[in-house]
Amino acid sequence: MPTDAPLLVVENLCVSFRTEGGVVPAVSGVSFSVEQREIVGVVGESGSGKSQTLLAILGLINSPNAVVTGSVRFLGKELLGLKRRALDAIRGRQIAMIFQDPMTALTPVHTIGDQIVEQIRAHESVSRSAARKRSVELLDAVGLPSPESAVDRYPHQLSGGMRQRAVIAMALSCNPALLIADEPTTALDVTVQAQILELIGRLRDAFGSAVILVTHDLGVVAEVADRVLVMYAGRVVEEGGKGQLLREPLHPYAWGLFGSIPPMHGPRPARLTAIPGSPPKLSQMPHGCAFGPRCTFRHEACAAQPSLGGTGGHRSACFLPQDSRQDLRRTLAGRVEA
Amino acid sequence: MTEPRPQPLVRTSDLSKRYRVGRSPFPAQRRIVHAVEQVSLDIFPGETLGIVGESGCGKSTLGRCLVRLTEITSGVLEFEGRDITNASQRQLRPLRRQMQMVFQDPAASLNPRRRVGDLLADPFRVHEKLSRSEMMDRVEDLLVRVELLPEHAQRFPHEFSGGQRQRIGIARALALKPRLIVADEPVSALDVSIQAQIINLLCDLRDEFSLTYVFIAHDLSVVRQFSSRVAVMYMGSIVETGPVDAVFSAPRHHYTAALRSAVPVPDVDNRPGQRIVLKGDLPSPLDPPSGCRFHTRCVAATSVCRHERPVLSLVDKAHFVACHHPRGG
Repeated sequence: MPTDAPLLVVENLCVSFRTEGGVVPAVSGVSFSVEQREIVGVVGESGSGKSQTLLAILGLINSPNAVVTGSVRFLGKELLGLKRRALDAIRGRQIAMIFQDPMTALTPVHTIGDQIVEQIRAHESVSRSAARKRSVELLDAVGLPSPESAVDRYPHQLSGGMRQRAVIAMALSCNPALLIADEPTTALDVTVQAQILELIGRLRDAFGSAVILVTHDLGVVAEVADRVLVMYAGRVVEEGGKGQLLREPLHPYAWGLFGSIPPMHGPRPARLTAIPGSPPKLSQMPHGCAFGPRCTFRHEACAAQPSLGGTGGHRSACFLPQDSRQDLRRTLAGRVEA
Repeated sequence: MTEPRPQPLVRTSDLSKRYRVGRSPFPAQRRIVHAVEQVSLDIFPGETLGIVGESGCGKSTLGRCLVRLTEITSGVLEFEGRDITNASQRQLRPLRRQMQMVFQDPAASLNPRRRVGDLLADPFRVHEKLSRSEMMDRVEDLLVRVELLPEHAQRFPHEFSGGQRQRIGIARALALKPRLIVADEPVSALDVSIQAQIINLLCDLRDEFSLTYVFIAHDLSVVRQFSSRVAVMYMGSIVETGPVDAVFSAPRHHYTAALRSAVPVPDVDNRPGQRIVLKGDLPSPLDPPSGCRFHTRCVAATSVCRHERPVLSLVDKAHFVACHHPRGG
């Protein structure tokens, strides 16, 4: 396996659904790549298409009314259009997924151990006892206390944080090259979230897995990601290294997002910047830039659809001149102060 | 508190709420959950008290007790100096104009089969004798005040987005110009950009109607933005309370410190200091630890913590902490 090639390359991914009201685009031309051992954070609000993007990557959109186009290459192999059987050899083994609610990922009628054993034996020919031994090791690795007894517990006997650890243990059971996590900490309390985020960071070091972490929480991204994608209305509107993107965000939507989060340090602003209005309905997508109707800096050029552009690894989909962006961003913040 | 202060709007002394779990006829099998344990609080007119804590800490139950949406097991609740701990629903009726609640999930708190105009007219029907046209005028005023449109009165709740529905919930609470609003996680179901809009709206209303808020939330940054004073709860008790800046920048309770450090901040340059990761899980509320409820997870726990329950005591100006070994200020 060449180590310098990207692990996952997504190109021009589009997902749309045929509905009574016409074709509704959920994801429109999303392209990105994930390097080996990289943690990529995908941020967006509800309806931004972040979850649909993940489901499309894994071939999990099976609605007869869904149309998925574009390309998803994992280690050079095209995943879109792959037969179920071929996909099953990859899913769970090389690409694993963690969902928001651990209870939906676990069946209530089997013990945690049985579920991990099943997962291991579905992908590798090992004996039941060897698989069970590995389950205990995995539960230990994800920090479940007394893994020898936890392995025989049922999901309802564990707390939310413990269940999410068990799900992570299951996801890691075949040592996947890529772990996809959809809001893995949203259902958890902050102190438990801190434990899980620390765990995800440690796993990359211990197991060498790359991670795509989808979240609505910019704080979570700042905590663990190396690189960040910001999604809005089915498109990537900004992409960059964590440091660049958090220090000098380029897209007005990102400015609004940052302004919406009350700071934990320093003086409290009299008002939050907020973003006026609400995200567009997917069935009534505005022409041109989808953020236009909510953008303070909308101008004539915005009638067209902006594409991702910029220098280095930091790119954004916006027509505003690159060199004046940070000044404009400060005006926006200043307007609220005044 | 040494300086002279006005009479508190709400005062609780040793307020407790216990739930019985299970309905066994055998007393030995009945178990009791102490959802709120001996909470003593003064809430002064015009202040915003934030109540923070993790799920199951009793913050919502406390909020419901404060407006008597639930029976109080023991202790005293006073509103404007009147003891309303055991007031009957009939006695409470006139007070309901003064205290209102905003709920977390606006979809669940608005009747889906009634038009928004009717929902918002209910408070007037119950409490005021108004003609139909007066009522509709008031409803339209309310809608405009929460930045919706008068014609929205004709629509049904499902026709609104989550943020708009929360505005309707706020309008309903505001209808009778109450003095106290208890808001239980009013923004946690909303997207960040919408959250900010609602927080700004609540701030504006506070100034305009000189409201007193009790703001219950698990999100510390939202509480910091919105509150003047904060109370931190753990397993049914208040472990620390004081001015927001003091409690969040120099927490004295070890639990507050851990909670504070666990908040992920979208800032790469101002990382908070060492993250304190708590050991283990929240103990079962059916079988709470002896002494200090937090001792099983506390870094500073000693034998006194296992046997003796710490009480809230003053550590700094208006800053109280319930800990045998408080952190340095």
